[in-house]
Amino acid sequence: MHNEADTISATGQGQDAVDVRFDVELVAVTKRYGATVAVDRVSLRIPRASYCCLLGPSGCGKTSTLRMIAGHEVVSDGDILIRGSNVTDLPPVRRGTAMMFQNYALFPHLTCIDNVAFSLKMRGTGKAERHARAREFLALVHMQDFADRLPSQLSGGQQQRVALARALITQPRVLLLDEPLSALDPFLRGRVREELKRLQRELGITFIHVTHSQDEAMALADLMVVMDHGHIRQAGPPREVFERPANSFVARFIGGHNILSSGGKAIAVRADRCRLGAAGDGPHMSGRVAAVEYQGTTVRVALETAAGEDASVLLPDNVFFAKPVRPGDAATLVWSDQDAHALAGT
Amino acid sequence: MMGAIGTRSRDPREKRPWTFYALASLCGLFLLFLYGPMLVVYLLSFQGPNGGVTFPMVGFSLTWFRDIFEPGQMANIPVAFGRSLALAGVVSLLTIVISVAAGLGFRRPFPGSGVIFYLAVASLVMPSLLVGFGVGLGFQFFDWQPDLFTSALAAQLTWTLPFGLFAMFAVFNRFNRSYEEAATDLGASAWQRLVHVTLPILLPGIIGVGLGAFTLSYDEFARTTLVIGTRNTLPLEIYALVSSSSSPTLFAIGTLTTAVSFLVIGVAITVILRMQRRRAANAQRS
Repeated sequence: MHNEADTISATGQGQDAVDVRFDVELVAVTKRYGATVAVDRVSLRIPRASYCCLLGPSGCGKTSTLRMIAGHEVVSDGDILIRGSNVTDLPPVRRGTAMMFQNYALFPHLTCIDNVAFSLKMRGTGKAERHARAREFLALVHMQDFADRLPSQLSGGQQQRVALARALITQPRVLLLDEPLSALDPFLRGRVREELKRLQRELGITFIHVTHSQDEAMALADLMVVMDHGHIRQAGPPREVFERPANSFVARFIGGHNILSSGGKAIAVRADRCRLGAAGDGPHMSGRVAAVEYQGTTVRVALETAAGEDASVLLPDNVFFAKPVRPGDAATLVWSDQDAHALAGT
Repeated sequence: MMGAIGTRSRDPREKRPWTFYALASLCGLFLLFLYGPMLVVYLLSFQGPNGGVTFPMVGFSLTWFRDIFEPGQMANIPVAFGRSLALAGVVSLLTIVISVAAGLGFRRPFPGSGVIFYLAVASLVMPSLLVGFGVGLGFQFFDWQPDLFTSALAAQLTWTLPFGLFAMFAVFNRFNRSYEEAATDLGASAWQRLVHVTLPILLPGIIGVGLGAFTLSYDEFARTTLVIGTRNTLPLEIYALVSSSSSPTLFAIGTLTTAVSFLVIGVAITVILRMQRRRAANAQRS
């Protein structure tokens, strides 16, 4: 979490003292729809040229936050800075952002090349020049051979590349991606994910990527921001978030953790650091096997503890099959103290 | 455009229940009921020169069609037809412009938008004849001369505008606003967004509303009859003819107007299909 004083110092800086360390700064940004607060005083600083993932369940405020940065949603309160200048009241085109929409929003009546050249056309660039530029950007996403196709003649993955080229041709400082992978099949998702990361590195600009998939966020993000109910619950590098979840919401949402109560306090223990064994000196919890799931390299054993809590153990396949258990068997969950991580309330 | 919706062909061993055949016959009877009377009219319009308005057919001729185009004392069909076309053209153009603007405006609720919406709905259930009567009274009160492109136009717009508004709401409902946001994001001004994105995407729907308004106007009778002034539209001219004489000419008019309607629809569909095909062909030339 970022502390208040830290963030406030950023607003004090005017245009003349641009803080070049950050591409995007949110200062107590709030979005209200009538009586409901979708985003509640969110403050966040995104360093230069980083891949930032806004992660959270639906309705957590991640998309509203993205749309406020894009300028498609009015900010109810607070400020948004891009490269140090306050863009809160600027129209989208003057913010230095470009957005890729969830359904790509490619104009169905225009060919790929005209879609990509659209922003240049609006600026009055001549046809030959804008088509030449558009071809460059289609080539960047390997779609140069599809320049004269209509969007409806492309597959989902191809449409997405065109949408990407169309956003990048505006040469944004910040590219905003609203659930860019959700419309793709799982196989394609992995490949596109790699490509997004490659583009971000090569272009050296900031990507802000909204997703509800923790896998996606962990694979891509330099800065992972976990949101819930309009608040940031934790922001940091994925490894830090995964190894030291700040609270039980984050631990639950990113998965792979058991949230257990130990001595009246909530702790998180990674499921892959837990074992099935006998009660010894170390921390343990007895229960019963609820389900066994074979996952290839690992086997997940779901337990119901005597206290009625759910827990799971991720065992390497050789460990599991050396001493298999079946649903209904009594089992004891054991872990070592150094793997237990104390959680703040909720 | 969307691809064809997949239709699964029936396995021949899959038996249909008897209700299928019962309901299919009912549907067939309904179609016969719809088209039967008109088929009789079409047939009788080719009545021989000595035949009457009922069966039997006494020979076969185009006499009655020729009759239409000879201005008689009672009616001048070709001129009335031209007036009807012109009026329907103006009505559909105005309906398009106003309902597109209203459709754009109503996308975001504003104070009183609900009231205006329901007032527009309510106007559709007003008795047509009385609406025409009201327009006529208004013109008389101000001492204006009722005419084709004044009072008749106004009376027809009271009918086509609420219709156009509804149809346009449906068109806009299916319109994904992210197209507009994308345009804004790419630097389009409000006007550029409308011209380069919103209207082209909505064009098929807008053409549909225009055609709808055209046909509503083309055969409008009740609202127009009291406010037309001295120059009749086609339906009014036909009505005058019906009430003054009865000859197979009437049937010939019926056949001809049906042919014109099908022609208009056919031309519209052909134009739209050719537009799509040309677009697709351009796209293929890569």
